[in-house]
Amino acid sequence: MTLTEEPRLTGRPALPEEPAVSTHEPIWKLMLRKYMKNKLAVAGAVLLFLIIGAAIFAPWLAPKDPSQQVLLDKLAPPGKDYPLGADNLGRDTLSRLLFGARISLLVGFASVAGSIFIGTVVGAVAGYYGGKLDAVLMRFVDAVISFPSLFLLITLVTIFEPSIMTLIGIFAIFGWTGTARLVRGEFLSLRKSEFVLAARTLGIRNGRIIFSHILPNALGPIIVSATLGVGGVILGEAALSYLGLGIQPPTPSWGNMLQSAQNPQIMLGAWWYPLFPGLMILTTVLAFNFVGDGLRDAFDPKIDD
Amino acid sequence: MSEIGLIHSLGTEETAGRPRDTLLEVKNLQMHFPVKTGVLQRVTGQVKAVDGVSFTVKKGKTIGIVGESGCGKSTMGRSIIRLYEPTGGEILYNGKDIAGLPEKQLHPLIRREIQMVFQDPNASLNPRKSLGSALAEPMKAHNLYGSRQKRVERIEELLDLVGLHRSVINNYPHEFSGGQRQRIGIARALVLNPELVIADEAVSALDVSVQAQIINLLEDLQEKLGLTYIFISHDLSVVRHISDRVGVMYLGKLVELSDKEALYEEPLHPYTQALLSAIPVIKKDGAEVRERIVLKGDLPSPSSPPPGCIFHTRCPYKMPMCETVVPDFREAAPGRQVACHLYGEPPF
Repeated sequence: MTLTEEPRLTGRPALPEEPAVSTHEPIWKLMLRKYMKNKLAVAGAVLLFLIIGAAIFAPWLAPKDPSQQVLLDKLAPPGKDYPLGADNLGRDTLSRLLFGARISLLVGFASVAGSIFIGTVVGAVAGYYGGKLDAVLMRFVDAVISFPSLFLLITLVTIFEPSIMTLIGIFAIFGWTGTARLVRGEFLSLRKSEFVLAARTLGIRNGRIIFSHILPNALGPIIVSATLGVGGVILGEAALSYLGLGIQPPTPSWGNMLQSAQNPQIMLGAWWYPLFPGLMILTTVLAFNFVGDGLRDAFDPKIDD
Repeated sequence: MSEIGLIHSLGTEETAGRPRDTLLEVKNLQMHFPVKTGVLQRVTGQVKAVDGVSFTVKKGKTIGIVGESGCGKSTMGRSIIRLYEPTGGEILYNGKDIAGLPEKQLHPLIRREIQMVFQDPNASLNPRKSLGSALAEPMKAHNLYGSRQKRVERIEELLDLVGLHRSVINNYPHEFSGGQRQRIGIARALVLNPELVIADEAVSALDVSVQAQIINLLEDLQEKLGLTYIFISHDLSVVRHISDRVGVMYLGKLVELSDKEALYEEPLHPYTQALLSAIPVIKKDGAEVRERIVLKGDLPSPSSPPPGCIFHTRCPYKMPMCETVVPDFREAAPGRQVACHLYGEPPF
């Protein structure tokens, strides 16, 4: 044996090496610490927290019934009775914004949850198994992307009654392709990494490798794309509702509140009416983007302090 | 490929007369990757990463595989452990050919008995798994050490073996140094009590002082557990230290295979001679003992290897026949095989 024939290699005494860090920090604490360093992300999180809270507690926070029309007060400017003014039918804008937040956020979260689920499964399978399966799935993704989705959306909305559920379904069905490509890319590179090879040589099953080894390491980009996706869907819902194909009145959503402000006379004469729904959309989407950015850094184990 | 069928039939005949202490016998192993081009992904060529490698490994011994980067040594290791499905040849593990076995049949045997220590201690551990859960997972996958208590005991035993403190069981990879991570990588390779461990550049990414510790650890473990190693490295000194036999790879083929002492003292193949002449030798009076052989040119592409002897484009002793005739990998001296026309009579 080599041991008896040759002197041992020199070096520091073999055992033990320097002790491992004794105060080990749970991974979530580390992530939280990294997240807190990003001031914009913290601001975004606070904003989102407030908006979500406002949406949840809308019935208690709203000063008026959001669908109560007082025609005498139509287009009333912001003031004592109407903190953010009133719309063209004399409904309180603040109350409608609060209830509209419920709809906008619900549509945003639910459709992104759906599209992330579809996209992750398709992308994971394509990226991990590769080969023909990958080619078939990705051509399918290409096909979905090439659909003229706006026209299809409009057609679908005219066939099915435009309701919250159909909107969620449509956004989920058309929104997953980006996630699928992203997840596929992550899986393509991670499946060749040494820790995945090690798991394979140890006889860990494919399903477990996908969900327990690769997915947690691909979670960062997925969550980032999800947060950005919520912002995107809120914009999309606003656009559809603005065209009158989204949430139908009298249910308030930020998008359909803008719809009734299309009239240039209203836009110029009663600036407060379109301003506040627009501002809400802007702040919410921005907040989601900031949070997404912060999460990206927090999830990356390689970026140290 | 009609050759493969022939080799298979040869293989089964010889298996019967296999010496008892042979753990692994690799016969004419080939790992060719198709080169696909264009939209239709037509196969337009082959990268012959491993092209007809044969060697045997005895139980409890270490075979070192050296070669420059791109020579196919890592691909060979990954084919043997069946991360790849070889395109030809046989891998006889305890006499059983595992080269074509589907994953399901690999699971109960090969996925326990052959393990690998990887090169990069930063990339070979899942950053999201604590040490404990990383080591417990394979036990669960093979239904071993059935209770949590037993698994913890096994993990503690492994930590003792590789020289890590038991208190680190809940730590994550980022909390360890490079050397410690490599110890974890070794512990993970040992979880399932393997027979054969393939170390693929296992110390190349470490500092020299840590390299020495890890090599000593590998040697200690070999003695304690009776492990068999395939030690793949580009580092000739490290291979010399740890190996019993050494194979030299060039462009997907073994060009020389020999006992360590003979190979390092009297290299036969011109490529081996050139490699060894690159090891600096320090003598007290400062005189160079060996003449440095500097190879001209680059490693040819494995997708279009040169005809005849693969080394003829860079060989200082090139003869006319080297350009056309492929040299056999033949016994040039007892226990020494070499693929070079300089040794032995040409086959015609």
